[in-house]
Amino acid sequence: MPDQDRSADGSRPLVDVRGLRVSFPARRVTIEAVRGVDFTLGAGECLAVVGESGSGKSVTARALLGLAGARARVEASRLELAGEDLLAMTPRRLREIRGGRIGLVLQDALTSLDPLRTVEAEIAEALRNHRVVGPDRVRERVVELLRDVGVPEPRERARQYAHQLSGGLRQRALIASALAARPEALVADEPTTALDVTTQARLLRLLAAKKAEGMAVLLISHDLAVVAGLADRIAVMYRGEFVEQRPAAELLAAPAHPYTRALLAAVPSAHATPPRRARPGTASGSGTSSGPGVACGSGTASGEGAPLLVAEGLTKSFRGQDGTRRVALDGVSFEVRAGEVLGVVGESGSGKTTVATIVLGLLAPDSGTVRLGGKPWSGLPEAARRPLRPRIQLVPQDPFGSFDPRYPVERIIAEAVPERGEARRRRIGALLDLVGLPGHLLGRRPPQLSGGERQRVAIARALAPRPDLLVCDEPVSALDVSVQAHVLDLLDDLRERLGTAMLFISHDLGVIRRTSDRVLVMRSGRVVETGPVRDVLDHPTHPYTRELIAALPRLGLSAGSPPADAGTRLMRVSAPGSPTAPMTQRELS
Amino acid sequence: MTSIPETLPAARGRAAAWAPRPGVVAAWILLALVALAVAWPSLLAARDPNAADPATALAGPGAGHLFGTDELGRDVLSRVVYGARPSLFIGAGSTLTALVAGSLLGVLAATSGRAVDGVVMRVADVLLAFPGLLLALLVIAAIGPGTTDAMIALACASVPGFIRIARSQGLVIRRADYVRAAVVLGRGRAAIQLRHVLPNALPPLLAFAMINIGAAIISGATLSFLGLGPPAPTPEWGAMLSTSRGYLSVAWAPAVFPGLAITVTVIAVNVAGRDLRRRFEGRQAVPRA
Amino acid sequence: MRPAGRWLLGRLPRAVIVLVGAATVTFVAFHLLPGDPARVSLGTPNPTAQLVATTRHQMGLDRPLAQQYLVFVGRLARGDLGMSYQLHEPVARVIGRGLWPTVELALAAFALAVVVAVPLAVATAGRRRASAALSWTVELVLISSPSFWIGILLLTLFSFDLRLFPVISGTSARGLVLPAVTLAASIVGVLTQILREGLERALDEPFTTSARARGSGETGVRLRHGLRHTLIPLLTTSGWILGALFTGSVVVETVFSRQGLGRVAAAAITGRDLPTVTGVVVVSALAFTVLNIALDAAYHLVDPRLREAAA
Repeated sequence: MPDQDRSADGSRPLVDVRGLRVSFPARRVTIEAVRGVDFTLGAGECLAVVGESGSGKSVTARALLGLAGARARVEASRLELAGEDLLAMTPRRLREIRGGRIGLVLQDALTSLDPLRTVEAEIAEALRNHRVVGPDRVRERVVELLRDVGVPEPRERARQYAHQLSGGLRQRALIASALAARPEALVADEPTTALDVTTQARLLRLLAAKKAEGMAVLLISHDLAVVAGLADRIAVMYRGEFVEQRPAAELLAAPAHPYTRALLAAVPSAHATPPRRARPGTASGSGTSSGPGVACGSGTASGEGAPLLVAEGLTKSFRGQDGTRRVALDGVSFEVRAGEVLGVVGESGSGKTTVATIVLGLLAPDSGTVRLGGKPWSGLPEAARRPLRPRIQLVPQDPFGSFDPRYPVERIIAEAVPERGEARRRRIGALLDLVGLPGHLLGRRPPQLSGGERQRVAIARALAPRPDLLVCDEPVSALDVSVQAHVLDLLDDLRERLGTAMLFISHDLGVIRRTSDRVLVMRSGRVVETGPVRDVLDHPTHPYTRELIAALPRLGLSAGSPPADAGTRLMRVSAPGSPTAPMTQRELS
Repeated sequence: MTSIPETLPAARGRAAAWAPRPGVVAAWILLALVALAVAWPSLLAARDPNAADPATALAGPGAGHLFGTDELGRDVLSRVVYGARPSLFIGAGSTLTALVAGSLLGVLAATSGRAVDGVVMRVADVLLAFPGLLLALLVIAAIGPGTTDAMIALACASVPGFIRIARSQGLVIRRADYVRAAVVLGRGRAAIQLRHVLPNALPPLLAFAMINIGAAIISGATLSFLGLGPPAPTPEWGAMLSTSRGYLSVAWAPAVFPGLAITVTVIAVNVAGRDLRRRFEGRQAVPRA
Repeated sequence: MRPAGRWLLGRLPRAVIVLVGAATVTFVAFHLLPGDPARVSLGTPNPTAQLVATTRHQMGLDRPLAQQYLVFVGRLARGDLGMSYQLHEPVARVIGRGLWPTVELALAAFALAVVVAVPLAVATAGRRRASAALSWTVELVLISSPSFWIGILLLTLFSFDLRLFPVISGTSARGLVLPAVTLAASIVGVLTQILREGLERALDEPFTTSARARGSGETGVRLRHGLRHTLIPLLTTSGWILGALFTGSVVVETVFSRQGLGRVAAAAITGRDLPTVTGVVVVSALAFTVLNIALDAAYHLVDPRLREAAA
């Protein structure tokens, strides 16, 4: 594959890796994290390595700086940075390379910057290590660097600590510290994962600008949509190997490897409803076996009948540690009708989690009411509410924390089942069937289950009391993309079979689109827009909703394609191998 | 999104992980010996610990007296063996008492509303304002010296620590997601206390107790050293060291062996306790998602 | 700094409660005693009933308990610690005599322990060499040894056999060495372990990877980043350290026949000298409370995240 040996202008690549293997020898078994990958990276190029957790993508990135860990064993037939062999370097030369020729940006600046040192100290560390400027000019240079990455009021920010800056700003500061000694290449390991969608978009633009200035960028991510706008080439990693590595446009348009295809198909898009995947064969017959190409939208039997849950004028504020009041909800009203799915979407701080907590009756609103089936719910004393609790159940984001660590699966579900004795055992079996879990998992404990299995157990437990309403609080956010699709399918099926209404909370517009009938867009404790999901997402009226949608990274061509007007949809791959129409993309504004 | 594969557990206390493993086995053997000394001292010591023979006073270790003799000619080895019982009674007994009392009070404070919590915490705060031994000394001043009295005094001194841990565990667990989940399921308060809060609060308390025993044994010996433990002529390690001071210029054996007994016992307790804790924590380790 | 002043004021009520509580506990403890303070005060072996009654009246012991308590608290509030039953001197003077030697001993021991523990922790954190295992073993032995035994051993070796240091430590600097070493030995083991654990935890965090990615070497990372992070667990353990220093000083002062507050306390307790014991209790409670407030303030200085409301 000649185009991987030479960068765009034919010169020798900046990073040249061949046959990279990274293993971690442990007491009984050696864990092979990376099993032989090849790639090159040239100036002004961006190579994205995409994979799910455990694929080895982070280890690959860190191995380039010799930071895979003290216990790592790194081998390669070639591991060169600008012609120098990384494996043969002395520790001293390695220290000069780190930051000097190649920089590293990690996820979440809150933990990737020393919380006890000022931003200035962190950036200055790079300057001093590499003696970029004389000691008297360090401060000035720090301010310049911060300005260069787009931090406003850089002089003031430099003297602050990481936790005092917003997520986006501190990530920029982290990038500044990585670029301080002017490296030629930058390795970014999930640089935007901890950020809100709008902030993420702005940060990706910063990286694109650096790339345009000639920096070589190795971008690691689990999110194909995030890298689509930035990457020239994409490598898909699975279990330590590259299953596919091609120019971005080609890979996204016509993925060759089945895993890539699965990855692409599983990404929920906010811009079109992907076809529902058939559930992999489970015990009792699956209710709906929709094949590919059938656009089963949600929105069939919703909105009928009296509203199940009515929330009116909810307000709630919290007192912080120093006495300040933080307003979480400022007059929120909505209703959930029987059998429908109401999605609630918003960024962090929007109040959506507070809404869920109040609906569940775990928190009392400062003012406003919640009524269930026409009768009071939020104002009841706990003793009166307890017999009614089976009607509203919870599917949490992290089921692991919501399981008593000592309980096996059987006991977890049994606790929720009202029947006793033989009837209980039968009910537990039926619930397992319902969520597609095999019976032999009953004796296992949560740590022995996968993320997807745990979430299914949580769903089984939530369904055990036969609830009318399920509050799903970010139920798939903690799962890998391929597992997400299965769980979302399951929730759809359950909704159709059991007629359970759902209050579906998520920060991910694509997931909301996939699952909800109507949607509530929240910001800073208020509902800014509401309506049928298709209407709101395709024709947003409120400027915030528009901003939210525009900020979403899209799967499509890299920037440079002609702008399209507002109504353009993204057409998706509907079946493996079929040719697709050319895709267009609105430029990131 | 992991940098290190999920299946590789993070090494805890890497430097400590390299402590010699055979030590754990030795520790348990030692503890078994000590337990034997407590239960059947006559099995290990041939002589009567109180048999005085002034003619052989302050002899060094040698034939007949493996650890030498003290100022009254009593066999030091026998006294060390028989001294295990009061020493361990004070140490282990006080920890056990403090564990039970502290756990109950702490969980009560955490789960019974602001008023009760306030009272318990104020009392614990006041008690914690005393340096440990001072509190024990005060209690002994009130109830007088003696073996059981020393145990009670030490228990009083240790209780605030247990209350604090039990309370903070109770508070954390009360807010835990699985308690929330149980509330959402409609379970009653008592059921939640019994089936979720209490069983999950125990492990850290037990771990603290294990750490505490060693310190309690030393504290007990200290009280005896200051003359506030079992009255003479009962053999007790701390008291024996105290009397040995008067004869340091002529005899080293009575000053060395009782102290060695204390040190070796506490080492064994610490090593065994640490090993137990490691195993315990391993079972409750949080996996990566 | 106004917010700091307000915070300080906020801590005062609690501090007062603790002090009053501590004094009350002492009062209660002593009035449970079967013994009679009047007799103790008289000191004569067989006082006449008349003499005892007069003394009791003089000491105010025949008044109702509640009244005695109020008088007791009132005097304390005015700073009057009363007269020692045993020594017939103002308690304040007795305590004053013992205060400095104990403080001197504690400071010397603490400094010594820190000087040993910090470099040891920095050098052995996260390392797998034999030196780490050796360090761990030595720490274990130190933690498990009673301080009075260490003191006795040191006495035997250095004072009696080698005659390097005086047996009875007076006020000389030389006399401070063995007691300080003994006291330091009782805390250095735990101190090193806490520091090391804190350092290892800090070294596991992503920000050390970032630091290494900026070209910092292992030593640089430990000193520039790790060290500051060990301050936090150090502060957390300071409460324990202070307690251990006091307890240790009682023992060490006894072993080395050294003047100090610890010995005063021990003697006062066995002698049932309520005013002196109260004095010692109040003074140590005061010291503890003040130091705890200082520690809290130090937390805010060390960890900028605590200085304002959560982000």
